Amino acid sequence: MAAVATCGGDAGSVGSAVATASKSNVTSFQRRGPRASGTNDSSPRLVSITGTRPSVRNGQLLVSTGLPALDQLLGGGLAVGTVLLIEEDKYNIYSSLLFKYFLAEGIVSGHTLLVASANEDPANILQELPAPLLDDNCKKEFDEDVYNHKTPESNIKMKIAWRYQLLPKMEQIRPVSSSRFGHYYDTSKRIPQELIEASKWHGFFLPEKISSTLKVEPCSLTYGYIKLLQFIQNIIYEEGFDGSNPQKKQKNILRIGIQNLGSPLWGDDICCTENGDSSHSLTKFLYVLRGLLRTSLSACIITMPTHLIQNKAVIAHVTNLSDIVVGLESFIGSERETNPLYKDYHGLIHIRQIPRLNNLVCDESDVKDLGFKLKRKLFTIEWVQDNYLRQERNIYPPGFSYLLKQKDSAWGEGSLQHSTFLMSFLAKATAFASRLVRHSEPLKQTGSGRICQAAGPRLWHDGRRQEAPGLLGIPP
Amino acid sequence: MFPELNNLLNTTPDKAEQGTLTLLCDSKTDGSFLVHHFLSFYLKANCKVCFVALIQSFSHYNIVGQKLGVNLTMARERGQLVFLEGLKSAVDVFFRAQEKPHPLQFLREANAGNLKPLFEFVREALKPVDSGEAGWTYPVLLVDDLSVLLSLGLGAVAVLDFIHYCRVTVCWELKGNIVVLVHDSGDVEDEENDILLNGLSHQSHLILRAEGLATGFCRDVHGQLRILWRRPSQSTSQRDQSLTYQYKIQDRSVSFFAKGMSPAVL
Repeated sequence: MAAVATCGGDAGSVGSAVATASKSNVTSFQRRGPRASGTNDSSPRLVSITGTRPSVRNGQLLVSTGLPALDQLLGGGLAVGTVLLIEEDKYNIYSSLLFKYFLAEGIVSGHTLLVASANEDPANILQELPAPLLDDNCKKEFDEDVYNHKTPESNIKMKIAWRYQLLPKMEQIRPVSSSRFGHYYDTSKRIPQELIEASKWHGFFLPEKISSTLKVEPCSLTYGYIKLLQFIQNIIYEEGFDGSNPQKKQKNILRIGIQNLGSPLWGDDICCTENGDSSHSLTKFLYVLRGLLRTSLSACIITMPTHLIQNKAVIAHVTNLSDIVVGLESFIGSERETNPLYKDYHGLIHIRQIPRLNNLVCDESDVKDLGFKLKRKLFTIEWVQDNYLRQERNIYPPGFSYLLKQKDSAWGEGSLQHSTFLMSFLAKATAFASRLVRHSEPLKQTGSGRICQAAGPRLWHDGRRQEAPGLLGIPP
Repeated sequence: MFPELNNLLNTTPDKAEQGTLTLLCDSKTDGSFLVHHFLSFYLKANCKVCFVALIQSFSHYNIVGQKLGVNLTMARERGQLVFLEGLKSAVDVFFRAQEKPHPLQFLREANAGNLKPLFEFVREALKPVDSGEAGWTYPVLLVDDLSVLLSLGLGAVAVLDFIHYCRVTVCWELKGNIVVLVHDSGDVEDEENDILLNGLSHQSHLILRAEGLATGFCRDVHGQLRILWRRPSQSTSQRDQSLTYQYKIQDRSVSFFAKGMSPAVL
């Protein structure tokens, strides 16, 4: 009885939250300055677009990337009007996952989507999006999943009466505008069909747009890029995302996703040769795209196989022309897969660039060594701890690992303090060894007499004794 | 403008030198704070500024300028500031055919173009107004940044030609100043960028290099600034003066200190 009431109450409360979704997620303070994305509307107005929130640092409107962990590292989310460039990992596994998270977040928040791809039909891409974890039952499940990781034998289920256990679980199938910013997704399940049908999306599939008998006059950009830019500009103008169409007052965000930009399937040859004919096609495309984004309510994610680009200077140009650049490096097939240091992680994530928008400073995270791991319902990004802690503990004195463990410590690996200490310590270690040989007379025996503790300087220079057997341990 | 940087450079808005080319360079870090500094510096010095902003939008510079004490919107309305917003103009020039040559005409061309339309735009913007009202002190050209022009397909020689033409017009004829920002690619072999950087370094009177720290990322020291004063016209018997400082960027200002003397360490 009580369980049904709580289930019903749960759905009711979430339902009412949905009804007021457009107002409840965003704080209701009046934004002081003009919208920073450069729209023509300069009067401050209440921000009431679902799935967005203003940044705490500069009031910029942010959307979630679909990964709450990544949102935190980027200073709250992806700013509207900017480009998130993802440098693909070698086999395009995790970058396509991030791409799908971004699109799924758009569907759940009720944004309009624009999916562009040269190798996969956008309708198929949308079918493969992960299912969102929306209600509180699912939150309990995912907490339980994290819990199960530690105690596999405990199988804590919600205690409900046996009769109600047989009823089908309540599913949230209404078209959602969820009130949260940033959701979790279950990668083992597909997104419900109703959500896709309720959402608004446009697809750009390159083989459909290019006719076989095209006459290509020499132009500054590759033909595929030109068509894509025209398509995007058309959508932005037709649907009023740039505020220029007085009839259409659009109060929604356009999420643009472009997959595998720069690959040969787009007609670009920067992945094939070093100095091709269209070597500046990609950079021009990015420039014009960013111009389109800055003057409209849209945010874009691009995945690019930068590991295939032959001319490394192009990567530097592309980085300068994008706003946020995130690089993914997966361990599959590399020697790091068997490295015990990385056994908990699936790969490394490098935040290569964060923009300074409307500000002199930016929210850079202090931690640069980040690894990610993908569990079924959770994609976590964590700090990869210093390997000296695990492998070479016996070289360092016990107190030193404490210094290394501190996140903001000046004694981090590679710092000046660390290397000078290491050198001076190793220089002293040989001196210690010789002293041990000379002065090791046994202490007075207590107990069984089998263990004899050598006296003398197994002392570190600050007075502590070494208890654990170290490099220079003397057999009894 | 940052008062500490003014002290280091030994200038104030009232008594700044005229007819100089200042090169801003950044390597492994973001040197855009220098652009904001010079923009607000010259606006406060009552100069007529032509700002070719190729990398960010107008509202970005406006909001940061407000933190530094200048109002770009009002300056633009008054006619003190001529702002070419690269991103917005690129959309215009790309999607709509223009009747007269647009400053960013090279985006439509297949081959490497030249920057003649952009130079015409600058010359038109900084032409001294004959009516004699609201006398601005001297014209200033600010470009942020030149490496974008290279990545959009122009050759280093075309960009150097553009700067040469601008120097003749702005620095020599109109006795104004030019400030440009170039990215240094560092260890990535970018020949065009190196040609541009070397060519500009030889022509400039003042070089400000913002570099990342050699030891890596630090939360309290964001980078190192190298200041180099040069006299390209005179003989090299007089030694170029060079100073190095480390800096930390804060919300409204940048604090400079000698190497190793960061307040976090002391």
